[in-house]
Amino acid sequence: MSAVAMYRGPFGPAQAERLLWRAGFGPRKNEAAQLAKLGLEGAVHSLAYPGREHFVGPEPHDDNGHPLAPYDAWGQDHLWWLDRMVRTSRPLVERMTLVWHDWFATSNEGVGSQRLMIGQNELFRSHALGAFDRLLLDVTHDPAMLLWLNGTQNVKSAPNENYGREMMELFTLGAGRGYGEPDVRQNARALTGFRNDWKPSAGDVDFRYDPSYHDSGMKTIFKKTGAFTWKDSCRLCVTHPDHPSFFVQKLWSYFVPAAPDAATQRALEQMYVSGKYEVRPVVSAILRHPALYTGPRMVKSPVLYNAGLLRRLGRGIDTTSWVWLDSMAGQQLFYPPNVGGWDDTRWLDTATWRGRWWIAQYALSPYALDPGKPTQPDNAALLVHDALGFWRQPALGAGTLHALQTFAGNAVGDAKGQKWKQQQYPPMVQNALRHLIAVSPELQTA
Amino acid sequence: MSDCNHCDGLSRSRLLHKAIAEAGRGLPAIEPGMPLPAGTGLSRRRFIAHGMGAALAVYGGSRLGFDAFHEGIAAAATGKPNQVLVSIFLEGGADGLSVLSPQGDPLYRTLRPTLGLSGGTPLTEDPRLFWHPATSGIAQLYGQNKVTVLPAVGYTHPDQSHFTSRHYWEVGATSTDLNTGWLGRYLDVVGSPDNPLQGVSLDDTLAPALATAKVPVAAITAPDQYDFSSNRVWGEVQDRMLETFGMFGAQPADPGLRTAGNIAVQVDRLRQQLLPFGQQDGKSGYQSPVTYPTSSDPFPDRLAGLAAMLGAGLPLHVVALSAPGEYDTHSDEAGALSQGLQLTSDSLLAFQQDLEARGIADRVLVHVWTEFGRRAQENGSAGTDHGAAGVGFLIGTSVTGKMVGEFPGLANGTGLDEDGNVIETADFRAVYSALLEQWLGVDAGRVIPGASAFQRPTLIA
Repeated sequence: MSAVAMYRGPFGPAQAERLLWRAGFGPRKNEAAQLAKLGLEGAVHSLAYPGREHFVGPEPHDDNGHPLAPYDAWGQDHLWWLDRMVRTSRPLVERMTLVWHDWFATSNEGVGSQRLMIGQNELFRSHALGAFDRLLLDVTHDPAMLLWLNGTQNVKSAPNENYGREMMELFTLGAGRGYGEPDVRQNARALTGFRNDWKPSAGDVDFRYDPSYHDSGMKTIFKKTGAFTWKDSCRLCVTHPDHPSFFVQKLWSYFVPAAPDAATQRALEQMYVSGKYEVRPVVSAILRHPALYTGPRMVKSPVLYNAGLLRRLGRGIDTTSWVWLDSMAGQQLFYPPNVGGWDDTRWLDTATWRGRWWIAQYALSPYALDPGKPTQPDNAALLVHDALGFWRQPALGAGTLHALQTFAGNAVGDAKGQKWKQQQYPPMVQNALRHLIAVSPELQTA
Repeated sequence: MSDCNHCDGLSRSRLLHKAIAEAGRGLPAIEPGMPLPAGTGLSRRRFIAHGMGAALAVYGGSRLGFDAFHEGIAAAATGKPNQVLVSIFLEGGADGLSVLSPQGDPLYRTLRPTLGLSGGTPLTEDPRLFWHPATSGIAQLYGQNKVTVLPAVGYTHPDQSHFTSRHYWEVGATSTDLNTGWLGRYLDVVGSPDNPLQGVSLDDTLAPALATAKVPVAAITAPDQYDFSSNRVWGEVQDRMLETFGMFGAQPADPGLRTAGNIAVQVDRLRQQLLPFGQQDGKSGYQSPVTYPTSSDPFPDRLAGLAAMLGAGLPLHVVALSAPGEYDTHSDEAGALSQGLQLTSDSLLAFQQDLEARGIADRVLVHVWTEFGRRAQENGSAGTDHGAAGVGFLIGTSVTGKMVGEFPGLANGTGLDEDGNVIETADFRAVYSALLEQWLGVDAGRVIPGASAFQRPTLIA
């Protein structure tokens, strides 16, 4: 088995910061420097084997100081998870939970129960770095998924193809890779047998497998014939020769923006199959790969952007506004746009950029300086220097720095000769600079 | 709820977007407690667009766009008026056999024992087909010769995946290798490097059909909701701050940084273009001459905003919207389909009347499409599964009103394929090619791969 290439360059705070963005939700204060001390292998190991979870930072609450009600209050499922991203000591586990949420994209629009959605979320978390074949089995009979893709409406007398199709197209093989329409229809038959009840008081309950709802006849899937059940269906998909390549490409795409080279792709596939579909070694290999450190930057997803700002500021969840703000930026947790998940290549457009502007505005709100209390130097260069210090010296390019300096210079210049402006403009300019840095291309990517 | 399923997820996310839009309206346009704008460069003006009778509120710093807007109006008034193409997507695969039910086909009742429709208005061109009662608005326009019906539009070797089929329609080819949309490639041929409004999604994110390789395009939830402000920053400092977006475009070659920088530049330009439409005191910056349906869904408001932008002479050229409603009707189809069609159809009727009232109807053509139709045989959940050819419409005063492709009937082999799905009688790439050449005035060969292979239907009267 050929080895997967490993990054051999320097591993300092800059590389550790990129790792923390790709494998988690960005660094807290001093976190990148501490991680860098472990070296690349030590750093990846600490993420892949994080130990018991503990939480760092203030407890989450709504705008009135009340605890969150993730099962019951609209949008507080999103806040509950965002808080976990902000405060967890296991960022890679949380990040992989988000990967599975996108991979098996289920929306509460079709499930109608925050409790069932959070149940599915806990399933993803418990399998975060485990084996894919077991994850697929558990997802297949997960109540939220059974509702979302009509699993309990897929019965012997009237098969519903929804899950049977997406299982191949989106979850294990990829569109049109190694299966045809007859496979979809036969797979739907194999997946029959699940049912649940609906009660006016409790909604969808009592999800179970009922053999009398199952089509026990012979099915032919991928040219194999048998009296297949849902478990066979999962096994046939995972052992399909086109599955490992799909799995590696899709998993890789969450961490590195350009596709892996052929040798890397092959080595990761071998690692995945010989490791019996264990995810942890494959993810660890991707996190050590040179492409992650030397390749292009990735646009942060809206929740990554939001959680990252809060981690950097040391601020906890103290407002419900993040729900609609993250939505506006294009990502409300538990509400992916469709079963294909979010499009990671198209996070930014003129509408979602504006959503990020407002995320930054709300993130910075408690820190805004009062222009009525002149505390800032009437000097553009010093104002820029202080604003960079506020964000702990982010590495900004020359173009961005020039934009900030031009703005500060012009605004300070506007105040010349008018005393009230010379007092009030500098705090305003400082507020504006912090906001502009937060929406700069450098802070929208990592 | 047991009647919910993933199909709902494809379109019902719009319910959520409504909530976002509501919340967005609550954003403070100006900081509470900020001083009066006197002496700070902040101003508010009323502006009457030439000849349109539309009152537009203009505010913001005087150097921040008012002049640019004024110049834009002047340029549009003197330049050659642009044709506008509006693409309306029925997301999820609308059931063509319910939108235009073939009640006159002898096999219809057998295939649709519970979902079969009865009565309604037959199509003059094919009395086998009946308008769905919820599409009365489109049927009314059809009676005025302003609708061309495509009863079975699709492509050979149909793909029954939402994502694949939709992608084909979006890129304008049955290929998964293209990453620009067909409208985006058209703009790359004719578009301008500094006008994001030339291709606009009235949506929460950009429609993939509008994805370009070169020129800027825009997504806006609504033209009167594109404001930016900051904590405790106002007046000319705020003006200066917002001007800075445009400078974020100076980025090195890293693709991630370039993407983020380019979008910031487009945001800057778009913000200036839309300044006249900004809300003031909670009121929209535009008025409509007709009444649109009242709905929690943003669709009718977006069409009203679109008509107002066109009426004011803003340089829009191709526009994409998603229709309201649930079309991926695997279960309990009747109610869901009816609701979505009603709002879509009523809104399109109002939009057409709005354009006519503004005297700009001859500039605008609406194309309604869906990624596929649904299987002829209904399933056991009072719904229908993914099919092949589906229904489409072209709406406007310029269309021929003559059906493109016939309804093939429901007989196996001639009307239905071996999977029991409707066989296409018109190819969507032929329709695109004809729209490009007859409406937008470019050689389709520059936009649609293999365009020469498609026989163009006559679409424009």
